[in-house]
Amino acid sequence: MDFFITILEQGFIYGILALGVYITYKILDFPDLTTDGSFPLGASVTAALISRGMNPYLTLPVALLAGALAGICTGLIHVKGRVRDLLSGIIMMTALWTINLRIAGTSNVPLFSKETIFKNGFLEGLLPEGLLPYRTILVILLLTLVTKLILDFYMSSQSGFLLRAVGDNDKLVTALAKDQGNMKILGLAIANGLVSLAGCIFCQEERVFEISMGTGAVVIGLASVIIGTSLFKNLTFMKATTAVILGSVIYKACTAIAMRSFEPQDMKLITAVLFLIVLLISMDRKKKVKTHA
Amino acid sequence: MLELKDIYKYYNPGTVNELCLFKGFNLTVKEGEFVSVVGSNGSGKTSMLNIICGSIPIESGSILLDGKDITREKEFRRNGKIGRVYQNPALGTCPSMTILENMSLADNKGKTYGLRRGTNKKRIDYYRELLRPLNLGLEDKMYVKVGSLSGGQRQAMALLMSTMTPIEFLILDEHTAALDPKTAEIIMQLTDTLVKEKHLTTIMVTHNLRYAVEYGDRLIMMHQGTSVIDRAGAEKAALGIDDILSKFNEISIECGN
Repeated sequence: MDFFITILEQGFIYGILALGVYITYKILDFPDLTTDGSFPLGASVTAALISRGMNPYLTLPVALLAGALAGICTGLIHVKGRVRDLLSGIIMMTALWTINLRIAGTSNVPLFSKETIFKNGFLEGLLPEGLLPYRTILVILLLTLVTKLILDFYMSSQSGFLLRAVGDNDKLVTALAKDQGNMKILGLAIANGLVSLAGCIFCQEERVFEISMGTGAVVIGLASVIIGTSLFKNLTFMKATTAVILGSVIYKACTAIAMRSFEPQDMKLITAVLFLIVLLISMDRKKKVKTHA
Repeated sequence: MLELKDIYKYYNPGTVNELCLFKGFNLTVKEGEFVSVVGSNGSGKTSMLNIICGSIPIESGSILLDGKDITREKEFRRNGKIGRVYQNPALGTCPSMTILENMSLADNKGKTYGLRRGTNKKRIDYYRELLRPLNLGLEDKMYVKVGSLSGGQRQAMALLMSTMTPIEFLILDEHTAALDPKTAEIIMQLTDTLVKEKHLTTIMVTHNLRYAVEYGDRLIMMHQGTSVIDRAGAEKAALGIDDILSKFNEISIECGN
């Protein structure tokens, strides 16, 4: 039972990260490696704030903003500096390593004795006795659901339409008298804000900040997006955001099952191999060759 | 009124491939005029459109729209008053969005794209009414993704979308070139109807000499960055395909083709 709950917890946390990757990879068609830096950015901000005694719930908006700021930087490098998309992400990812270390102070910040969004007096007073063992998964579910609903609302708004248009056909956005560069920056800000939010929640769930926790985050995100969108593409009633979150849970389940028969140091290899398998099965690579032109 | 004054445009400046396209090019398009532009490849037709829209920079000269200097204005800002349809039907629409979503996007041009709902349900019938006269059956496919439509259907949508909101200028860049003859005819008639209905000032670049002769009230033929034929009104009406063709041949012989 615990095994399944852990899968769900991690799956939903990474689901928020996957929503961010979905925006950059699927909507903006922008391979954004900033993800590997903005995920631990959310965690480092959270660790720094919580160890200074700040209310854990305030770390959520702060982490979101910090991630958005990182996304804006990537966007500015790409749009204003005309640096290629992949390189802009690599630059920010590298820069964020130092920034994260500076924010957190050291490469490892334990939060075991601190109050988190999962463990605090307020939550314990709110939940009935019987639900307390499940408080972590309940809080994560709530946060993921709220994030998804807000994102769904945004995507069906006028601004969301324009964001979808910019990845699809940026000439049309220019034709609509809007700056397509600004829309790309906005998209990167939202995406990295979500990734950083996932980092914030993950750090509180694990009760530790670790500088290398972001390594491979983009791979996990991409795998989740590809699993979700290709597995559920025939279910037209299901929103892409839902599919992506479910994709993340499925991916986490796969790694968890694989990890049972391997050592912890095999983790990244399994991550990479699983991603490759997902790519080969879904044949998403073909889609990258644009059929419309 | 649009004025291009003393335009200089070089390609690859400072290299061995430096090419001077426009050397003091001038053009005035009056309010409500429908100008057809013909000319061989590389004569500067599309470059002229790109200069008007701000898609490419110029070395010197000025561009005036209704007396206001827009030379330094960014492309997306100029597009507030300009509608443009490209040769490639994919450039005027968003393939992964539905017809309704595309129409809603175009309908909001000139306003802010905020957090209000992307599609206004009250406008759906209006969009259907706009699509119905095309006779392409698009009004019954409001929830179909534009990517699954044919080139002609997409181009018809692109044309509708670019003229949906009040614009002063319509730029047509060989917009029938990628279509089959029958669809091209439909699109051309739609263009003519829209231009007359909305009294749009229009510049249409085309390789189809018949369209250039039949439509519009002024005809320009470009060659190496200058206009070699420029007829308006009755003079234009008297112009036939043969006249243009003979001029084409004359130029080709000069160039040694």
